[in-house]
Amino acid sequence: MREVAVIGIGMTKWGECWQKSLRDLFVEASLRAMDDAGLSQIESLYVGCMSGGLFNGQEHVGPLMADYLGAGPIPAVRVESACASGGVAFRQAYMEVASGMSDIVLAGGVEKMTDVDGSEATYALGTAADQEYESFHGITFPGLYALIAKVYMKKYGITNQDLASVAVKNHAHGVKNPNAQFQRAITVEEVLQSSMVADPLHLLDCSPITDGAAAVILCPMEKAKSLSKKKPVKILGSGHATDSIALHDRKQLEVFASATIAAKKAFSQAKIGIESVNLVEVHDCFSIAEICALESMGFFAPGQAGKAASQGLTALGGKLPVNVSGGLKSKGHPVGATGIAQIIELVEQLRGEAGQRQVANARIGLAQNMGGTAASSVVHILEAC
Amino acid sequence: MAGIVGYGSYIPRYRIKVEEIAKVWGTDAESYKKGLMLQEKSVPAPDQDVITMSVEAARRALSRAQIHPQKIGAVYVGSESHPYAVKPSGTVVAEAIGATPEVHCADFEFACKAGTEAMFVAYGLVCSGKIQYGLAIAADTSQGAPGDALEFSAAAGAAAYILGTENVAVEIEDTYSFCTDTPDFWRREYQHYPEHGGRFTGEPAYFHHTLSSAQGIMKRSGTKPEDFKYAIFHQPNGKFPMLAAQKLGFKREQWEDGRLSPTLGNTYSGASPMGLSAVLDKAAPGDLILLVSFGSGAGSDGFILRTTDRIKDIQGKAPKTKQQLDCAKRYLDYGTYAKFRGKILKAD
Amino acid sequence: MFPAKIWREFPQRYRLEAAKCKKCGKVFFPPRLVCNACSHREFEEIKLPWEGTLVSYTIIRTPPSAFSDQAPYAVGIIETIPGLQITCQIVDADLDKLHIGQKLLLEFRLIQKDGKQGVLCYGYKAVPIDAHNS
Repeated sequence: MREVAVIGIGMTKWGECWQKSLRDLFVEASLRAMDDAGLSQIESLYVGCMSGGLFNGQEHVGPLMADYLGAGPIPAVRVESACASGGVAFRQAYMEVASGMSDIVLAGGVEKMTDVDGSEATYALGTAADQEYESFHGITFPGLYALIAKVYMKKYGITNQDLASVAVKNHAHGVKNPNAQFQRAITVEEVLQSSMVADPLHLLDCSPITDGAAAVILCPMEKAKSLSKKKPVKILGSGHATDSIALHDRKQLEVFASATIAAKKAFSQAKIGIESVNLVEVHDCFSIAEICALESMGFFAPGQAGKAASQGLTALGGKLPVNVSGGLKSKGHPVGATGIAQIIELVEQLRGEAGQRQVANARIGLAQNMGGTAASSVVHILEAC
Repeated sequence: MAGIVGYGSYIPRYRIKVEEIAKVWGTDAESYKKGLMLQEKSVPAPDQDVITMSVEAARRALSRAQIHPQKIGAVYVGSESHPYAVKPSGTVVAEAIGATPEVHCADFEFACKAGTEAMFVAYGLVCSGKIQYGLAIAADTSQGAPGDALEFSAAAGAAAYILGTENVAVEIEDTYSFCTDTPDFWRREYQHYPEHGGRFTGEPAYFHHTLSSAQGIMKRSGTKPEDFKYAIFHQPNGKFPMLAAQKLGFKREQWEDGRLSPTLGNTYSGASPMGLSAVLDKAAPGDLILLVSFGSGAGSDGFILRTTDRIKDIQGKAPKTKQQLDCAKRYLDYGTYAKFRGKILKAD
Repeated sequence: MFPAKIWREFPQRYRLEAAKCKKCGKVFFPPRLVCNACSHREFEEIKLPWEGTLVSYTIIRTPPSAFSDQAPYAVGIIETIPGLQITCQIVDADLDKLHIGQKLLLEFRLIQKDGKQGVLCYGYKAVPIDAHNS
C-alpha cells in the first residue's frame, strides 16, 4: 500500500443556501479543492451524499457531479453511509490511491437539505435508523440520541448544563470559522431555554439542517510535492467499523462500539498512541454524541467526558481541543459533507492555516465521523509533513 | 350445552365529561345528566379503533378461555365503525391472535346490534358442530356530530366472547330475535356522522323492539323477570335501559350491574355485550342472565344465559370491566377530544 | 405505503414472533437467517411476552411527517426478555411520570395511517401498568 496525502481542500459556506442546488454546491467545493491543490484534472471521484433521493429527488449523484465538474468520463460514484457518507467517501478515495489504482482522486460530500420542510427532513434522516423496527414507531434521530442521553445521564450523573456546555463550546469555536452556519456564541442558559426537541435534548443540543459541500484531493505521498505546491498532509491511519443498525440491539446504549473499533484500527495502522493526538474532530450531531464518541475512542474513561466541556478540557487551548471547527453543532451538518469537512479542518490545522482557530503546534489530528446511532463509524488520523 | 368459554372487554382510558361538551355548545349539561343519566363517556385514543380494541378484548377472552387460538373456527366482529369501509376488521383480529388461516371471518353491521349478531351466528355454528370455537366481538368507536345530542353519549369499547361446547363458563339456554324495518337512525355511504329521527328513536324503535324481544324470549323459554339474577339491555344512555327494565318488571338490583352507560356512554355494538361482561365479572355459578340488545333499523337479539361453576375460575384471569371503567381514567378537554376524534385536523 | 411492505412484518408487529437460535439460544426480533453470535442458521419460533421494562425513553416533540399530529409522544426502548430490547411508543401515560426501570405492558395499537386513503399500520405500543389493565 502506498502512503497517501491530502493536497487540496475546498468547501462552500454552509447554511441555508437558497440559491444553490445540489450540483452547484458540490461543484463549487470541488473546484475550490482543485484550485487549492493547483490541479485541473482528477482521475476518479467519490461523492458522499446520504439522500439525494429524499432531499432532492436525485439519485445517481456520481455521474451528475463528474459531468458538471467537467471531469470527463471518469469513474464517479456516490457513497452512502448515512451521516458517515463523507468519511466513508474519503476512505474509499484513500484506498483507491493507496492501492495504486489511481493517483489523483477527489473525495467530496454534499447535502442539500432545505429543499424539503422540517418534518420531511426529519423523515429523511430517520431512514438511517432501522426503518421497520425503529423509524416505523415514530422515533427520530434527536429521539434516538435522547435515549442515549437519558441512559448516560442516569448512569454518570451529568446534568443538562453539562450537555449544553458541549454546544456552547462548539459554538464558541464556530465563531472563528468563516464557513460555519452559525458564527455566533451561545450560552448554557440559551441552550436550556431553547425549545425541547426530544427530552432531554433541546434545539441547541442538536446540529442544524444545513446545505453545504466539501471536497478534498488525495494523491500518493511520493507525488505530492511534484503535483502540488501545497504542504501535503499525510493520512496515517484509517479505520471503519459498523454496529447493529438498531440502537435497541446494543447492550450499552452509551457505548459506540463502531467508534471504538474504527479508532483502534486507525491507531494500529498509524502506529501511534492516543496521547499523540493534538486535536480531534468528532461527530457531535447532538451534544451527547460528542461525549460518547470521545469515551468510546478512549480519549476519556467511561463517564469522564460528560463534564469535559463544562471543565474546559475540550475547548481550544484546553487539554484536548475537540471540534475547533465548530463541530456539526455550529458549523452545520449537511450530512454527506460532514465527514469531508472534518478532514478539511484537520488539514487546515496541520498546515498551520487555521487562523484564529489554530491549535498551537498541531502535528496529529483525528477525525471521527459516524452514521445513524453509530451503526457506522469511520476514523482517520492525519499528520503534518 | 354450548355457551361462553371465555370473555374479555376493553375500555379506553380517556374520558370526557358531559359538562365539557355542553360548555362548548351552550347546551344544558343537567338535561343530559338528569334527563338521560349520562355523566361522562369513554373516548378512544388517536391510535385506537375497533380493530385495536377488538384485538385487546379478544386476547383477554383467550386468557379466560385458555384455548389454543388455532382451534377458533370463526372470527366475527360486529361494529358500525369498522376502520375500513372495504377490508375486514376480523382478519386483523384473527391474524393478531394467531387464529389464521383456517378460520371463517366476517364483519357484521347492524347499527348497535352488530355485536350480539356476531355472537348469535358464532353460537349457531358452534351448536351445529361446524366449528369447535367461535370468537364474536362487539366493538365501536362511534361518533356523534359536533353539538348533536349523540355527541354526549357516543363512546368507545369492546367485548369479546369465545363460544364453544367444552369447558363452558356460561351456558346459552335460549336465543331470540325480533326485527322490523324501522328507520330511526342511519348513516349513508360516505357520510361521517349518523342521522337520527330524534324522539322517533325512542318509543317505536328502541322500546318496541327491546321490550318485544325480551317478552318474546321469556315467553318462549317460560321464564319470568323474577327468575333472573341479572338483566342487561342495550344502553344508548342511562335512562333507556332503566325504563325498559322497569316496564318489563325488573328490579334495580337486577339491571344496575349491567348498566354501564352513565359513566361509559353508548358503545353502540359494544353496549349490551360490555354490560354482560361486567355482570359475568361478578356472577356466581348458576345465575340466570337475560341479555337484550337493540340495533337501529331496527332489531333486537335476546339471550338467556346461565353461569356454570367454571365462571369463578375465569373471572380473575383478565382485567374486569368495572375496573377499566372506574380506574386510571384520563380526562380530556374538548379541544383535545376534538383532535383525538378527528373533528379538527392539523393542516397538511 | 405499498401494503406488502407492512404485510410481511405482521408476524412481528401483530404477534411479537421472534426466532431463537437452536444452537446458542440467542433470541432475535425480528427473526434473522443467521445467528450473529454463533453463525448457526436454524431457529425455533418463539413469541415475546407483551410486557417489559423501560430501558430508556424520550418525548418526541419534533416528529417526522407521518407522526405530525401525534406529538408530543413518548418512545422508549423496552426489554421484553433478558437481553432482548425493542423500540416502541409509550401511550396512555403521564409523560412526566415515566422512569427508567418502569414495568410496562404492550398493547395492540394503530401505529401509522398512510394518509386518508392508505393502509392502516397496526402494531405494539407500551402502556403503564395500572388498575386499568392488571
